[in-house]
Amino acid sequence: MAEGILVFIEQRNGQIRKASLEALSEAYRRIATVGGNVTALIVGKDVKSLAGNLPKYHPHKVLVADSADFEKYSTEAYAAALVEGIKSVSPKYVFAANTNMSKDLIPRVAARLDAPCVSDVTEFEVEGNNLQPKRPQYSGKAYTVYEFNSDLAFMTLRSNVFAIQESSNNVNCPIEDLAVSIGEVRAKVTETHASAGNKIELSEASIIVAGGRGIKGPENWPVLQNLCDQLGAALGASRAVVDAGWIDHQHQVGQTGKTVSPQLYIACGISGAIQHLAGMNSSKVIVAINNNPEAEIFKHATYGIVGDCLEVVPKLTEEIKKMNSNN
Amino acid sequence: MKIAVCVKAVPDTDAKIAIAGDKKNIDFTGVRIVTSPYDEFAIEEALKLKEKHGGETTVFSVGGAEATDVLRDSLARGIDTAVHIQDEEFANLGPLGTAKVLAAALKDGGFDAIFCGQQGVGGDNNQVPAMLAELLNLPQATIIVKLEIDGNKFKAEREIEGAHEFVEGSLPAVFSTQKGLNEPRYPSIKGVMAARRKEIAVKNAEALGIKGKFAADVRKIKVKEMMLPKERPVGRKLDGDVDAQVKQLLDLLRTEARVI
Repeated sequence: MAEGILVFIEQRNGQIRKASLEALSEAYRRIATVGGNVTALIVGKDVKSLAGNLPKYHPHKVLVADSADFEKYSTEAYAAALVEGIKSVSPKYVFAANTNMSKDLIPRVAARLDAPCVSDVTEFEVEGNNLQPKRPQYSGKAYTVYEFNSDLAFMTLRSNVFAIQESSNNVNCPIEDLAVSIGEVRAKVTETHASAGNKIELSEASIIVAGGRGIKGPENWPVLQNLCDQLGAALGASRAVVDAGWIDHQHQVGQTGKTVSPQLYIACGISGAIQHLAGMNSSKVIVAINNNPEAEIFKHATYGIVGDCLEVVPKLTEEIKKMNSNN
Repeated sequence: MKIAVCVKAVPDTDAKIAIAGDKKNIDFTGVRIVTSPYDEFAIEEALKLKEKHGGETTVFSVGGAEATDVLRDSLARGIDTAVHIQDEEFANLGPLGTAKVLAAALKDGGFDAIFCGQQGVGGDNNQVPAMLAELLNLPQATIIVKLEIDGNKFKAEREIEGAHEFVEGSLPAVFSTQKGLNEPRYPSIKGVMAARRKEIAVKNAEALGIKGKFAADVRKIKVKEMMLPKERPVGRKLDGDVDAQVKQLLDLLRTEARVI
């Protein structure tokens, strides 16, 4: 029987994704159940020093696919590297963070190896040595637990759900080069442009401040942005205001936007349409600020303030500013 | 150009979701079924390409009877022909199975471009487009918000976390579409009328040469159980004037919830 977990570590421009470290940490927590070893695979150009940061997350081994051909992402080259990594350690499971790179890469490799794939896992059930992933569907209106009947299975793990487990001691493990024969690359990334929007990605933010119709117009985003700045939060939005053209779709939370699970979600002037709730209902704490006391959002909020968000939010920002300057 | 679009029939995003008696699926009773919203961008992009470069467009959907209305919706928007891939063997296939069935239906079509929504709303797997590209041995660009085609070259812009990246490649290719790519047109009355009269080709497992390949006992993954999310504990509304509420909120966030 196959055993072990291979974790695909995503890096861009010399930065390892936090969500990849979450996946690696979860692999470490699960390896006693699964049996075998945890292997981390990092792919890129000049990523050897980056690979040196990984042992403290407790893999048994780090594989490094380092080549000029991996400088910019391409599905085909990265797929070749992941397939090679899988061949070299024959894992039972492959973990990756559920990012847009994974959404492009992991299913492609799963299809090549004729193995099942479960995306956006938020929990695991265990039966014997088997992991049975649980994930939201219908943007969290329902959950599904799956069982595998396969020697190999792929899972992508939702950001912000699994804790990072980092050793403060010096931990060592073998770091080995992985040779990859890439083959033909018919499509590749040629340039990358940083977005003008959030500095913190919505799906990775631990605090989100989101606005809906109640902010009255796009000229009022700075009111919410000031609160974001004080809290180190990302700015979210309801579908209504995205469709109205008040803000870019990248900020949309909900069923046709992003599904998020932050520690704190502050909904400002958002009524709580079912498809919005679906995208944020798994947040740990929800604060609702809305001038309609009957708004659906209050049924889901941990704490509710009935009031005009354009009046409440600046006061909240001011108080947090005071708090921050006292610390 | 020969252009294919793959669409999925899904519950409307406003639908309340209930779990079926066997706890393996959702209860579709009374649920309005629509074209998956991301597929609307796929349909629109196919229509725009045809308007610019000429050619023909074909829409495919794997599913039961519910797929018929969705295929008619595509025809009403202007897609030329529709193929309904239907077989009892295809029930609850999951992403890899669906991609295999689609690949069997599309492989000999000679398509220059294949469009899928980046995910089927509801299933939320984000898997079929990349799997389909692999099974057809084609390059891909997924989650795209912009596409330019020049001869047999394409340049696509895709969303990633905190950035946009530009993917350049060659046709034929598979594209998965994200909100922002275009503004989907609504079906015209004339289009709806014409779509009603059009014939929808139906293909089953035997016609596709894949009979018996998806029997329940050879599947590598199955649903163990579906459930509704845990109810959130009842929250509370704060009291007093705005200043008092703000102070109370901060206090609760720091000392009770401990999230700031």
